[in-house]
Amino acid sequence: MIHTILKEYTTTSLETVSVWFKAAETSKFPKNGGACVKYKNKQIAVFNFTREGKWYACQNLCPHKMEMVLSRGMIGEDMGTPKVACPLHKNTFSLETGENLNGSLDAIATYPVKIENGFVYIGFSE
Amino acid sequence: MKTVIVIGNGMVGYKFCEKFVAKQESKNYQILVFGEEPRPAYDRVHLSEYFENQDAKALEMASASWYTENGIQLVIGERVSDIHREDKKIITAKNREFYYDYLVLATGSSAFVPPIKGVEKDGVFVYRTIEDLEGMLAYAATLKAKNPNAKAAVLGGGLLGLEAGKAVMDMGLEPHIVEFAPKLMPRQLDSRSSQVLQLKLESIGLHIHLSKATNQILGDKSITGLEFGEDDVLDVEMLIISAGIRPRDELGKASGLTMGVRGGIVVDNKMLTSDPSIYAIGEIALYNQMIYGLVAPGYEMASVAVDQILGKTESLMAEEIDMSTKLKLIGVDVASFGEPFMPATKGHSVIFENKTQYLYKRINVSLDGKKLLGGILVGDATDYNMLHQIYLNGMAIPSDPSKLILPASEGGASFGSAMDLPDSAVICSCEAVTKGQVCCSVKDDGNETVKDVAKATKATTGCGGCKPMVTDLVNETLKSLGKVVKERICEHFDYSRQELYDIVKMKDIHDYDELLDTHGKGNGCEICKPVAASIFASIYNETANKQDTIQDSNDRFLANIQRNGTYSVVPRVAGGEITPNQMIAMGRIAQKYDLYTKITGGQRIDMFGAKLHELPLIWEELIAEGFETGQAYGKSLRTVKSCVGSTWCRYGMDESVSFAIEIENRYKGIRSPHKFKGGVSGCIRECAEARGKDFGFIAVEGGWNIYICGNGGATPKHAVLLAEKVDKATAIKYVDRFLMYYIRTAQPLMRTATWLDKLEGGIDYVKDVVINDCLGIVDQLDNEMQYMVDTYKCEWKEAVENPEIRAKYTHFINSEETDENIEFVSLREQKMPAPWA
Ligand code: SRM
Ligand SMILES: Cc1cc2nc3c(=O)[nH]c(=O)nc-3n(C[C@H](O)[C@H](O)[C@H](O)COP(=O)(O)OP(=O)(O)OC[C@H]3O[C@@H](n4cnc5c(N)ncnc54)[C@H](O)[C@@H]3O)c2cc1C
Ligand code: SF4
Ligand code: FES
Repeated sequence: MIHTILKEYTTTSLETVSVWFKAAETSKFPKNGGACVKYKNKQIAVFNFTREGKWYACQNLCPHKMEMVLSRGMIGEDMGTPKVACPLHKNTFSLETGENLNGSLDAIATYPVKIENGFVYIGFSE
Repeated sequence: MKTVIVIGNGMVGYKFCEKFVAKQESKNYQILVFGEEPRPAYDRVHLSEYFENQDAKALEMASASWYTENGIQLVIGERVSDIHREDKKIITAKNREFYYDYLVLATGSSAFVPPIKGVEKDGVFVYRTIEDLEGMLAYAATLKAKNPNAKAAVLGGGLLGLEAGKAVMDMGLEPHIVEFAPKLMPRQLDSRSSQVLQLKLESIGLHIHLSKATNQILGDKSITGLEFGEDDVLDVEMLIISAGIRPRDELGKASGLTMGVRGGIVVDNKMLTSDPSIYAIGEIALYNQMIYGLVAPGYEMASVAVDQILGKTESLMAEEIDMSTKLKLIGVDVASFGEPFMPATKGHSVIFENKTQYLYKRINVSLDGKKLLGGILVGDATDYNMLHQIYLNGMAIPSDPSKLILPASEGGASFGSAMDLPDSAVICSCEAVTKGQVCCSVKDDGNETVKDVAKATKATTGCGGCKPMVTDLVNETLKSLGKVVKERICEHFDYSRQELYDIVKMKDIHDYDELLDTHGKGNGCEICKPVAASIFASIYNETANKQDTIQDSNDRFLANIQRNGTYSVVPRVAGGEITPNQMIAMGRIAQKYDLYTKITGGQRIDMFGAKLHELPLIWEELIAEGFETGQAYGKSLRTVKSCVGSTWCRYGMDESVSFAIEIENRYKGIRSPHKFKGGVSGCIRECAEARGKDFGFIAVEGGWNIYICGNGGATPKHAVLLAEKVDKATAIKYVDRFLMYYIRTAQPLMRTATWLDKLEGGIDYVKDVVINDCLGIVDQLDNEMQYMVDTYKCEWKEAVENPEIRAKYTHFINSEETDENIEFVSLREQKMPAPWA
């Protein structure tokens, strides 16, 4: 079953976006923090990186113990790379590439984000 | 294969073994050790620590398995009763025989018991072994049960006698010291310094009787008093005899070895006795017609004997043996070195005396004013290490020698640095480690902490007196290598937590981004954010709601995240006291939200399995029932565990529950570098395990004992005594200050025990800061703590009442649905998360 959940999430690049999903108003997201967005049967963690003026999105599922928790993690930076630390065991993942920065877990899937008229949109390929 | 038999497994006998097996050549020998005591060798020098913790293991020189691992056969609890020199054989009290090629006598000494009438009475003890101490403790306990004001005397006002005096005090008996000579410590101190010491000891409650010859010990079966003269009687119910030592030389006598006139086995500078196969070392050996009652010369003797047996015959005992000593007696520094008393014909003395502060310093300088010959320090021996080194190495001294002892403010200057010493200077005399060895250990072997250097060289592991100097040497050497390792929080802040704390406070910074912009770089991370959050909380007492995204994950949602992403809820149950109605309320709420419940190890109730969106609902109901947050999620006060205490318990000396509740409510909500816990026990049976906590109070006759810096967990540590028999207000004051000082200075995630371990000066320094105010900051600490206490808010109340804060408690930002992936299975009529695949 876990296998099937993991398969739900694949990194989507800007070029392959076919749907921009309108998630929520920007003001609903905490500054320099994240929240979880539901899209169909997917859970997407969206981060408002206010310090850099950037937004990031990735799967909410932590590949370590398969828990839906990454949106509740703390964000930060590792030698210039923006990252999120899982709230359960502090594994950290690049918000740009999804790569696990402090271990050898599988990379997480990341998604493009755009802001229009005060709303957050997440890009999916299906 | 040759056999070495060692008789006596005391400090020196052990040291012989340690040094022997460390040598390559020892592979062709087998060692057999006999010890009469029921346990392997222990640290007699620190014997008095046994009163504090009654932990014999902590005093062990090495565990029994160490001997096995090193191929040494150790036989304990078996006395050697005979030596047959012609057959090279020994016989034990169990009538077993063993043959030797070399025999090493390390039988030490026993306490000298003068032939006074009545010494055999119950309640008369000597002070030498763990069994002696156990006997005293048991006797003192029964005495006190009958008479809480019982008195005990120590016969002998020498170094050991005063230590025994402290033990009497610790056992809660009225302490009396009886000395035959007209002054205390007659061997080490001149009359003036002895008077200063006497004043000081009297000021802390010791009764001192000088020039008293004891004629007899009064009492029928048990001692009731001491009689000095016809009408001169001291009523005491216990006596500790500390009148000197007698070498345990019965084996030498019986087997016809050459003996000293007043006992002891005569040895030469090879440690050989009159029999070329038998060596004697330690407190049994009579060298230069003297028994040296100190460990350092004993260790040196062990070293020489090892070399001699292994064929390194040029290794000889030094002609002159340094008898310098530095001690802390009942918290009073006392040191003497070189020639403490010097006739005026040999040199000049410089004396500094201040009776109002119980201070005395004397140095003796050669007639030409160029060399230091010796001295005495009472009350403050911080200069001892340096003076001792100057003396030992014959170093030049300032033309005005008073500079060596005068306080810096009065024209004195701290003279000389440890780095000026010659490489050959022996820094640690117990282990004979030189300055050169310490520095090389840093420079060449890459040891960068005092701990590592101690491990590599063994310096500081004896009496510990050289620790300040070794610390200096390690730090200075590191500096000279350009290797000042700076504590640094992470890549974003080039500061230690303490530095950052000071910055936040001084610059009045209230916001993480501002702190990062002005004093850091980059965008922060999961290391520095919680550190900053904790600092803001400690200085401004702000709750975790204010800057929630810099909080650790548990603090951000004010609950402990569990392995399936649900949370646990732990309301505060101060002191563990809970009413039936509160239990009913909690039960009802747990039932309503289908929570798993369990009593925690911290004496309260944990409710598990709450989903994120349920947290505010649950807390709303709990708050309505009068509960508040228990901060189980924070690096903050957890619980103050209590035992039932005098309100119910037949042994209780005071109300531990009331005190625990008061103190838990005082410190609740305070954020700190790591979590901290307290305990309050109503008597020394210690049912609340207060000594396993960061702070603990134990009710004793006459007040509360305060212990600090203990913990359970992965590396358990017993808390150590901060103050004794203080009233409640004083106890709170001291702990307030200790906690604030810890909060100010500890590194992130460092609990109090590790903090104390790393703190230079250890517990004595903490006492100096919080009790004696040596830093002049106690008013600040008091105010800071009072501010925390006055501005406490329940952060869950704040959260449920504020719609903006409440809004974050949803799983999805764009949907009311909850996480469908959370799965529970049933467990003993409750539930648990489905196992991880
Ligand atoms: C719930 C509880 C176990 C239980 O069911 O009894 C518990 C649960 C956890 N403990 Fe504990 N400890 C609990 C009592 C203890 C005790 C017993 C005590 O307090 O008397 C100890 C040993 C005493 C001590 O701390 O000195 C204890 C020593 C630890 C340690 C080791 C600390 C150390 O200094 O070595 C950790 C790890 C840490 O904090 O880094 C830890 C960490 C944890 C964590 C936070 C682990 C984690 O990261 O999830 C657990 C949180 C679970 C949760 O959601 O509540 N827990 N933990 C207990 C909660 C007590 C309470 O009412 O608040
Ligand atoms: C309370 C106290 C505080 C002290 N403080 C200091 C201090 O601060 N600084 C300092 O330098 N020194 C101090 N000393 C002195 C120091 O402890 C001794 O110098 C040291 O222990 C001597 O070591 P040792 O091995 O020669 O003798 P011991 O440690 O006495 O060991 C001899 C061992 O041999 C055993 N034994 C004797 N006969 C036989 C036999 N026939 N068969 C088998 N076993 C036998 C004994 O039971 C004993 O265990 C203190 C001593 C005491 C009691
Ligand atoms: S002992 Fe380990 S498993 Fe048990 S509660 Fe503490 S941290 Fe969790
Ligand atoms: S579940 Fe995320 S790090 Fe373990």
